[in-house]
Parts: sequence; C-alpha cells; structure tokens
Amino acid sequence: MSTTTTTPQRELGTGHTTGTRRTLEKGPSGWLAVPALAFFMLFAILPLLGVLFLSFTSWDGLGEIKLDGLSSWNTVLADPVTGNALLVTAKIMFFSFIVQAPISLLLGVFTAASQKYRAALAVLYFVPLLLSSAAVAIAFKALLDPNFGLGPGLGLPILAQDWLGNSDLVLFVVVFVIAWQFVPFHTLIYQGGVRQIPASLYEAAQIDGAGRVQQFFNITLPQLKYTMITSSTLMVVGSLAYFDLIFVLTAGGPGYSTRLLPLHMYLTGFKANDMGAASALGVILVVIGLALALFLQRLGGKNRNASQLEGA
Amino acid sequence: MASTTELPPAPAVLPQAATTRRRPSQLGRSRPNFLGGLGGWIWLAIIIVPVYYVVITSLKNQAGFFTSNPMLPPAEPTLDNYKLVLENDFAKYFTNSLIVTVGSVVPALFVAFMAAYAIVRGKGRFLSWTNNVFLLGLAIPLHATIIPIYWMITKAHMYDTLLALILPSIAFAIPVSVLILSNFMRDVPNELFESMRLDGCSDWAMMWRLALPMTKPAVITVGIYNALHVWNGFLFPLILTQSPDTRVLPLSLWTFQGEFSVNIPAVLASVVLATLPLLVIYVVARRQLLSGLTAGFSK
Repeated sequence: MSTTTTTPQRELGTGHTTGTRRTLEKGPSGWLAVPALAFFMLFAILPLLGVLFLSFTSWDGLGEIKLDGLSSWNTVLADPVTGNALLVTAKIMFFSFIVQAPISLLLGVFTAASQKYRAALAVLYFVPLLLSSAAVAIAFKALLDPNFGLGPGLGLPILAQDWLGNSDLVLFVVVFVIAWQFVPFHTLIYQGGVRQIPASLYEAAQIDGAGRVQQFFNITLPQLKYTMITSSTLMVVGSLAYFDLIFVLTAGGPGYSTRLLPLHMYLTGFKANDMGAASALGVILVVIGLALALFLQRLGGKNRNASQLEGA
Repeated sequence: MASTTELPPAPAVLPQAATTRRRPSQLGRSRPNFLGGLGGWIWLAIIIVPVYYVVITSLKNQAGFFTSNPMLPPAEPTLDNYKLVLENDFAKYFTNSLIVTVGSVVPALFVAFMAAYAIVRGKGRFLSWTNNVFLLGLAIPLHATIIPIYWMITKAHMYDTLLALILPSIAFAIPVSVLILSNFMRDVPNELFESMRLDGCSDWAMMWRLALPMTKPAVITVGIYNALHVWNGFLFPLILTQSPDTRVLPLSLWTFQGEFSVNIPAVLASVVLATLPLLVIYVVARRQLLSGLTAGFSK
C-alpha cells in the first residue's frame, strides 16, 4: 500500500511521466476533484483559518464579533485551567496508550490464529465497536454506580466505590472505559496485520526449533512494525478526539480532573460563552495534533502515508 | 520475506518433505496455549459484563432495579422501558439519524470517488496539490474547527436543521475516503483503462464503467466506515442542533438520561434500542462491517 501511493506522487513532482503512452493520454480533467475540494475547503480548511482569526476576537456566540487583539490569548495562557487541561490530555494520552497498545497487540495475535474458539471469542470482542461513545458512557455510568452497579452486584465492596466522583480514581476509570471502547478497533488492525505475515516464516522457525515465545518475539513483533506504527498513531492522535465519551461520562469532573483540552474548549465556548478563548484553545489543539502527527510519521519513516492518521 | 523466495525449489522433494515439514507445525498448534486462552477468556469477561448488565437492567422495572441484585437477571422481565423509550419519539430520532447518515455518506462517496479517480488517473500540479490538502486534512484534529463551523451555520440560517449536520459531515468524510479509494484505484491495471480508451471511451465513462466496478469493495468499505462515524457522531449534533425535531440518536441518549434521570432501566433500554440496528447489521454482514471499520487500514 505504501509504495504504490508514493510512486505516482513522485512522478508528478519531478515531472517525468513514464513513457510516451501516458503523455499521449490527457487523463481525466482536474474538475472531477473540484467538488470534493470545494466541500473540504469550505467546511474544514476555511474554519481552520477561522479558528485562528476568532482567537484574536471577543465573541459570546450570539452578538457581534469584535477584534480584540491578544486578550483571548492572554486569558487562555494565564488561566491555570488551560495548563491543567493540557496535563489531563497528556495523562489520558499516555495511560490509554500504555494500556491499549499491549492488550490490542496480544488480542490481535490471539484472534488471528485459526482455532475455532478464538474466532468465536473474536465475534464478541468486536461488539463494543457498534456502540456510540454516548452509549458506552451511559452504560458505564450505570455500571460503576456504587449502589446499583457492579460492586454491590458481585458483593465486592472494593468495586463499590464512587468511581466517577473520586478525583484520584476518575482518570484511571476514564482510561479504562476508553480502552474498553477502543481496544477492539486496534485488535482488528493487529489481527489484519498478523494475518499478512507469511506462514512460511513460522514454519521455518519451527523447523529451527523455535518455541512459541521465540516466534512471537523474533517473527511476529518485527513483522508487525508498520501495523504498530499505524495503530499507535491512531491511538495518540485519536486521543485528542476523546470528547463525547468523557463529556457524557464525567463532563470533565469532578472538579477539573478529567477536563481535557477538547472538552475544555467546548465548555469555554459553549457554556462560558467565551468563543475567543475557546478559539485560542482550538488553535492549541490543532498545533498539538499536527505536531504529534508529523512526529509519529517521521518515526515511522516516510513510507507511511497519512491514511493512518484518521482519528478513531 | 526471505523464506518465501527460498520456498519454490521445495516442490521437487514434496512427498517426504511435506510430511516432515508439516509435523512440527501441527505439534506446535496442538499444544494448547493456556496462558493465551486464559487471557482471552478474561478479556471476554471484561467485554461482556457491561453488555450483560445493560441488557438485564433494561428489562427490569424501576422497583426491581432498586431492590434486586444488579448483576442478576430480573425475576419478571418487562418490556415497559422499551415501550417508554419508543413512546418518547425514538422513531423520529432514528429517522433523523438515518437521514443525516445517508445524506452525508452518499454525497461524500460520490465526490470523493470522482476526486480519487482524478488524482490517480490524471496529472498536473493542481491534482497533486489537492491530494496534499486531503493528506493534511487527515492530520488535523478537525473538531478544533467547531467554533467557526458553528458561526458559519448560524450565519447561513441553518442552525438546528439536519442540513447543518450533513454539510460538515460530508466535508469531514472526504479526506479519508479519497485516500482509501485512491489507494485501491491504483491497483486497477492500467491496461484495462488503455483498452477502453482504444475503444473510444471517455474518462467519464471509464470512471463509472471500469473504475467503479473494480473498486466496489473499497467503496463499500469506505461507505461503512463513514456511515458508522456519522451515525455515532455526537459533537456536531450537540453544537449545531437544539430542538427535539432535529435530534439524532446519540444525542437522544444523552437527553433521555436527563429526562428519565433516576429511571436507569429506561435509559439503558434506549442504549439497547440505539445499538440494535448496528447489531443486526453485525450479525448479517459481520465481515463487511469489520473491514469497513478499519477502512482498509490493514489492506
């Protein structure tokens, strides 16, 4: 996939189109790309410039937009909640990565094998993919209730905590719920990756007397390199998109303990009616997202194209 | 990779080699992986317990919910909660979701397919620049743009309409669609296009009569991927609509939660009902749905 995508671009860039055959053809008109481009420019690129512009204004969301210099930026940068939101975002990104990555990898390997019971388990593993974030959040809110949820149900007092009201615990609960929702997606990606590893590699290793653990570390892991980069990029960049789940689950609380950046932006703009400050936060979000995407892409080598960057 | 190139000489000595070679792998497979199996069952429990809890609770009446053991199925299952949800305009929210999903995905696929065709088959600066714009679009956390989108939608007097949800959803679906469709379109052999051109076909005709049939699985995959994202989308409905007339399913779950407040069984019944359509699709067409979910990431 990666090589086929890069070659045509290179041809376009350096201008030497292959052979006379191609130069004889005119190829389809560029107009075919215009509708898609127009839509995307109007509702994505233009708003992207708009968010930068609005960060230099003051606007309550209803009245007039007034140019206001750097005052929104001053507000945002001086506000300790912004720093806290960045910290919460980084924590959730980090913890959800170290929880999700190994589990998804192992489950991907597990479900890629041919045993019937594993195939049957996989069918159930993927059920969370069908639920919207709102549905997942509502389900867990009920399940984690200290009086009518899992804890009293199983008669285990340790599980009967105020999971979502305890600011020391809530972050980890959020990470757990995120993992519950998104591990299946990454399992699916790893399962696809494992199935593309040539079986002959394993056969050769078995002839050499390599055990299961050795095969995992010497064949499976190295062969999954690109899958790991794909999945990791989606996990990290995607974690900037954990808005709806946390909005419904905790609304950022208790206090500010789960108020991560996208949520902070939403609440600043649409609840506190400070669209200027919210736009400044939006700009920060874009910059972080771009920086992460570029960093991870470089990490993976230039072969990996950006299809991997779409948030989950 | 190296071993695949080493393999071809093998068939010459196939009879004996095959038996000796296959045995170790069979031995390897037959020795059960207890640790892996244990992990697999534990994860199953983690996945199933919340699902089980939601389903059994949705079948309890309110008194039963407060008094019975939360993890045991109800002694007298009732469908009253489902009735309550259905009486609270569930069908309308469902229809709204369906309109927004179909109304977004079909136009998005149409324009993205044309763009992918132009990018793959055409040449020139404009098209490579277009391709780069879409690639850039994938790296940007697009919901950072909700505030200007909110402004544009209110200015265009589209606030609180379904069109307000459809238009940005189309735009946001375009980059990934173009990218995946063009990846698949590059695999269509050039000779096919050339022979059609020799028969005097126009580019427009080739697009629909050759490129589309050849990339149909990819079109379906991308369609499913986008449809799931729009169907489950929460942010646009939250900021761009307000009234019950334009409410879509994910948002309705959230408002049910407010309306039914302590009636947890009814709230969970709405969760089940909202998930049911996708569950049906999952049962009927699991393979397509799952390949659509990763949108060809593991192509």
